[in-house]
Amino acid sequence: MEDEFTMQHPRTRRRTWSAFLGLALAGSLLATVAGPTVAQSPVASMAAPSGTSPAASMAAPSGTIVVGITSDVDQMFPWKATQFQAVAVLGNIYGTLTELDQDLNVVPGIAESWEASEDGTTLTFHIRDGVTFQDGTPLTSADVKASLDAIMDEATAAVARSTLGSVTAVDAPDPSTVVLTLSGADAGILAGLSTVNMAILPAGATEAALSAQPNGTGPFAFASRTPNESISLVANPDYWGGAPKLAGVEFRIIPDETSIVAGIQAGNVNLAVLNDPLVAQNAESDGIAITRTPQLAYHVLQLNAAKAPLDDLNVRLAITCAIDRQQVLDTAALGEGEITGPITSPAYRSDPNARPCPTRDLDKAKSYLAAAGHADGLTVKTIVSQGEYATSVNEAQNIQAQLADAGITLDVETMDIDTYVKRWLDADFETAVALNGGRPDPDGMYGRYFTSTGNLNKVAGFSSPELDALFAQGKATIDPTARKAIYDQISTYLEDNAVWEWLFTSDNYTATTPNVSGFVPMANNSLQYLRQTELQ
Amino acid sequence: MTDQRVRRRGRRLARRLVEIGLTLVGVAVLVFVTLRVIPGDQITASLGTEAGDLTSAQLDALRAYYGIDEPLVNQFTGWLGSVLTGNLGVSQGSGQSVLDMTLSALPITLELAVIATAIGLVIGIPLALLSASRPNSLRDAAAQTVGLAGLAIPSFLLGSLLIAYVSKWFRYNPNSLGFARLQEDPSLNLQQMLFPALVLGFGLAAPIMRTARSSLLEVQSQDFVRTAHGKGVAPGRIRTRHVLRAALIPIVTMTGIQFGYLLGGAIVVEQIFSVPGLGRQVLLGLQQKEYAVVQSTVLVIALLFVLVNLVTDQLYRVVDPRVRAA
Repeated sequence: MEDEFTMQHPRTRRRTWSAFLGLALAGSLLATVAGPTVAQSPVASMAAPSGTSPAASMAAPSGTIVVGITSDVDQMFPWKATQFQAVAVLGNIYGTLTELDQDLNVVPGIAESWEASEDGTTLTFHIRDGVTFQDGTPLTSADVKASLDAIMDEATAAVARSTLGSVTAVDAPDPSTVVLTLSGADAGILAGLSTVNMAILPAGATEAALSAQPNGTGPFAFASRTPNESISLVANPDYWGGAPKLAGVEFRIIPDETSIVAGIQAGNVNLAVLNDPLVAQNAESDGIAITRTPQLAYHVLQLNAAKAPLDDLNVRLAITCAIDRQQVLDTAALGEGEITGPITSPAYRSDPNARPCPTRDLDKAKSYLAAAGHADGLTVKTIVSQGEYATSVNEAQNIQAQLADAGITLDVETMDIDTYVKRWLDADFETAVALNGGRPDPDGMYGRYFTSTGNLNKVAGFSSPELDALFAQGKATIDPTARKAIYDQISTYLEDNAVWEWLFTSDNYTATTPNVSGFVPMANNSLQYLRQTELQ
Repeated sequence: MTDQRVRRRGRRLARRLVEIGLTLVGVAVLVFVTLRVIPGDQITASLGTEAGDLTSAQLDALRAYYGIDEPLVNQFTGWLGSVLTGNLGVSQGSGQSVLDMTLSALPITLELAVIATAIGLVIGIPLALLSASRPNSLRDAAAQTVGLAGLAIPSFLLGSLLIAYVSKWFRYNPNSLGFARLQEDPSLNLQQMLFPALVLGFGLAAPIMRTARSSLLEVQSQDFVRTAHGKGVAPGRIRTRHVLRAALIPIVTMTGIQFGYLLGGAIVVEQIFSVPGLGRQVLLGLQQKEYAVVQSTVLVIALLFVLVNLVTDQLYRVVDPRVRAA
C-alpha cells in the first residue's frame, strides 16, 4: 500500500516536499542572513558603549540632525498648515515679518523694525536688507503685500485670516516698506504675524508649486520627501540670520512615541518632541535627557452656557467648586503640568488660583446646586475624544468621580476624534473635555471665543457686553502694563462667571541625544531654534 | 487533458473572474459609503477644531480645493472611472499619486508577508507535528501553550517590548534608521524586517499550529495510517510522508487566508516598527480623510486578497491529487 501510494503520485510528493522544504530553507536562510548581518553591520558596530554618543558618528555624519516625528506632514502649504508636524517642518523653511523669541516676546523677523501711528491705525514695517528666497530671488515689499492680500482673500482659505481682521489695506510704497492700514489699534497683530500661517511667500508663486517645491526665506531649504518615511531639509547658506550650524535636518516619521524613544536610545534619532507623560517618564528613567516645556495649550472642561442647565450661573459655580484641579492633574497626567487659569501666555498669565473656589469646597458646591434648584442633584453630559491626546479619558473619569461627590452625575460620552470635532464645532454638547491650543497674545487666544462676533463664540457658549467691551479695550491698548491689567480683568470675569473650568497646562518633553546642543524648546511647540542647534 | 476538462476549467475560471469583479465593485461601494458616513471630512481632519475659525466662504473654498463639493454620485463615478483607467487619484497631503504610493508600499508589505508567513510555518508546523505525535501528553501541552501564547499575546505588546528592550540593552534599533528598500540595502532591509516579521510570524504560528494539529490528528486515525503502521513503516516516516501530506489542505487554506490578511498591511506592527507598508498608507489616509488614498488602496488590497484566494485554490490541486482528479 505504501509503495502503491508513493508510486501513484511521485510528482505530488516531490512537489509538496520541495515546497515545504523550500519554505523551511528560506526561513532558516533568512535567520542566518539576518543573524550575522546583525553582528557585523555598521549599524550594530555603532552599538557603542553607553556614555559615548553613537549618534554623532552614524546618524549624522555630515551634521544632519534627525528629528523623530510621529506622523507625516499633512500639508506643505504654510497658510493652511495647523498640524504640529507640518508647522515644525514649514516653520524652518519659511520666514515671517515678526518672530517670537524663546519667551514668546515679539522680535524682528523679515521686518527689521516697525512703528505705529499715534492712533495705532497705521503700522509701517521696514523690510530687512538682503533677505532672499531659497531660489535666489530677493524678497521685496511686493512679496509681503501679495502674501497679506492673499491671506485676507477668503478664496485662499488661509487659516489665520482672522488675525488680519482689522487690516483694511496693505500698501508697498517702496521696495523695503510695507504699510498696514487698520480699522483701529490692534495690539495683538504683531504676535499674530509671527506664525508660519503668515509666512511671506514669493509673489506669483502658486499653492501647487510651493507644495511640491517649497520656497521660503527660512534657515533651511526643502530638499526631498518620501511620503510616510521622511522629509529632508538642507541648510540655507544665505539665511539672513546667518547660515545654520547644522548641514541639514531630517524629519523621520516614526509613528510610535515609544519607538522614537528606542531610536534615541540607539542613537539613530537625535531629537524628538514627546507628548505622552508616561513615555517621557520612562525615557527619563532610562537615562535619556528630557527637557520639560510648559505649553500654551490648556486642558479645560468647556461649559456650554447656551444650554440648560449650564445657563444657570449657580450650576456652573457648583461645578467650579466641586473640582480639585490638582487631583485631575495628578490622576490623569501623572502630575506632569501646572494648574492654570484662562490665559497661559507667559506675559499675561492668569493667577492659577484666583477663582470662586480656589480649593475644592463641596459644601459650597452643594449650596450653589441648591440655589439653582437642584438640591437633589442633576445630570450633565460631556463629550470626550479618544486617541487624540493621552490624558483625555482619564480627565473625564476623574472629573466624573469628583462631581459625583457633589451630587452631579457626569454622563461621559467617549467618541473618536472625527465625531468629537464635528460635535465641538456644532456646539452640540453640554460640556466638553478639551485640549485647546493657546496663543502668545491673549486677544488672539480668546477674542475669537468670547467676543459676541468671534468665529468660535458659538462653541464658547458665552458672551456678554462686558466681555465685548473688555476685549475691545485690550485690543486697542498698546502699553503692556495697561494691557496686562485689562486681561487680568478678563480672566477674573471668566472665572467669576464660571464660563469654563480651566484645569491645567501640560508639559511637552524634548528628548535629545547627548551630542545635541543649542536647541531651545518653545511653549508654542515651534522648532525654530534648530537654526542655532549643533551636533557634536 | 480532455476537451471536456478544459471546457470545465474554463467555465470555472470565468465564473471566478465574474465573482472577483462583483466582489471588487461591492468593496468599492462599501468603502466609499463608509468613508462618507463617518463624521468629519478632510477639512476637519486637517484643521481639527481650528476649522471653526474659518468663514463660510473660506470653507467653501476648501471644499472645492479638496473636491468634496461635488455631489456624491459624481464623486463616486469620477473616482471609479479614473481607477478603471489606472489613475488611483492623488494624495493632497504628500502631493504623490496613490499609484506611486502603492507601488512603493506594496513590495514592502509583500516582503513582510512572505517572511512572516515563512516564520509562521517554520514555527507552526514542527510544533503541530510534535503536538500531534502524542496527543494529550506533556509535549502536546507544551506545544499548545506556545501556540496559545502566539494567539494571546497581542502584537503591539510583543512589538513594543522587543523594540524597547533590544534598544535599551543592545543599543540596536535598525527600525529607527531611515527605511531601506530590499533593492537599495538588502542587509539593512532584512534587519528592519526581522523584528516585525518575527512578531507577525509568532502570531501566525498559532493558527497554523492549531489547524495543523487537528488536521494531523484526524488523518492519523484513518485506516491507511493504521495499515502503514501494520506494514512496519517507521513512525517518523509515517508522520511526515503520509500523515502530514494528507493533512496539508486545511493548513494551506489557513496559511493562504492569513497571508491574504497580511497583504492588507499589518497596521499595528507597521506603526511600531515604522515600516512604510500598505497598512500605514490606509491608516494615514483615514486619519487625514484622504478619500482617494483610502478608497484606492482598499481596492488594491481587496484585489490582492481575492487573487491570493485564487492562488490558494490552485495550490490545492498541487498538494492533493484528489482535487486535481475532480
